[in-house]
Amino acid sequence: MKTARHPDDLVAMIPDGAVLMIGGFLGVGSPHRLIQGLVSAGRKGLTLIANDTHHPGLGIGKLIDARVVKRLIASHIGTNPETQRQMTAGELEIELVPQGTLAERIRAGGYGLGGVLTKTGVGTIVEKGKPTIEIDGETWLVEKPLRADFALISARQADYFGNLTYELTAQNFNPVMAMAAATVIVEADEIVAVGMIPPDSVRTPGILVDYLLEHPA
Amino acid sequence: MSMNAKELIARRVANEVRPDSLVNLGIGLPTLVVSYIPRGAPVLFVTENGLIGVGPRPPHGMENPDLIDAGGGFIMAIPGAASLDSTATFGLIRGGHVDLTVLGGLQVDARGRLANWMIPGRLVPGMGGAMDLVTGAKRVIVAMIHTAKGTPKIVEECALPLTSVRPVSLVVTEMAVIEPTAEGLVLRERAPGVSVADVVGATAAKLIIPPTVPEFALS
Repeated sequence: MKTARHPDDLVAMIPDGAVLMIGGFLGVGSPHRLIQGLVSAGRKGLTLIANDTHHPGLGIGKLIDARVVKRLIASHIGTNPETQRQMTAGELEIELVPQGTLAERIRAGGYGLGGVLTKTGVGTIVEKGKPTIEIDGETWLVEKPLRADFALISARQADYFGNLTYELTAQNFNPVMAMAAATVIVEADEIVAVGMIPPDSVRTPGILVDYLLEHPA
Repeated sequence: MSMNAKELIARRVANEVRPDSLVNLGIGLPTLVVSYIPRGAPVLFVTENGLIGVGPRPPHGMENPDLIDAGGGFIMAIPGAASLDSTATFGLIRGGHVDLTVLGGLQVDARGRLANWMIPGRLVPGMGGAMDLVTGAKRVIVAMIHTAKGTPKIVEECALPLTSVRPVSLVVTEMAVIEPTAEGLVLRERAPGVSVADVVGATAAKLIIPPTVPEFALS
């Protein structure tokens, strides 16, 4: 059984310089209270793996504003001029990854696979510095797995086993990130009693989850 | 001029949307296409952030905070919609399960290769899902204004970074419909009132001109 913790206690587990995965797509399905906690705690030097950096002042954008992130692996930064400014100024190191490749690299990390073979990026600047492999006359790009020290996950419901459900487009990267980190911290809209989530509705099994965020008083 | 040009492009692209297909529309100009697809046509729209069955914008005050499109705008889900996580969504895209994607373009070259995701040193938004879509969707249509303020965007070789080495299926502009083939770019149609010479003059890649080049049929 998991017990729900105060955000300060959870954020205290995450040291400066840690590698984080954070779920969400333009803020939908992002763990907003945990993000605020990282900003308030003044974390520095994090490596962040996320789809995008939302907008300045919103969601993951708050981490960019507060200079919490030293290195970013993402598919899209076009909605956040501050991310682009820090990149251009050399203050933030960014690796841009095609969105499907990002999802699969995280999946490979979580599913115990040595990498991904994809056609996406073959013959483009994404291929630079990476091996390609020929199989039955077709060329594939080899992309490495991604793993993190912590995944910060947003869910619709959690029970006290840590079983999770998601809602609509708030799923996005959350289920796959929950597979790919050493420690998984969940911010759910609702925490329910064990047994309330039917087994067929569980999208992330509780054995993957380490901590739940408590609800505001 | 540009609003009319965009509308013309959207109306022509709408003719390419086949019944019972799964369609992805990129942000910006391609989004306009949805307005010109006949009402009630059995077409399903898929968005990169994980929904098959994208419906219209919700009425003000009825937005679901967990339901957006890839541009970040609130949407509704039609009855029969299905939600997916990012691995499944991009499995659909890369795996050839999306029948058609319509995307904007910065340049298309003589081999039909698209560049649409960055202008080095000026605009580096990231590729998002574009590389996967152009590499994996069954058909890829580029919907774009023919030139950038008079500078041709259809060129011999893309100077901008490619989105994919896979040729696109069709390029639709406010001047022409151009089909990349193994032999080169074929001028299939011209817009109402536009001559073949006009198209050639606004294009920096060699065009193959069939004996007859009809005007667009618009929906």
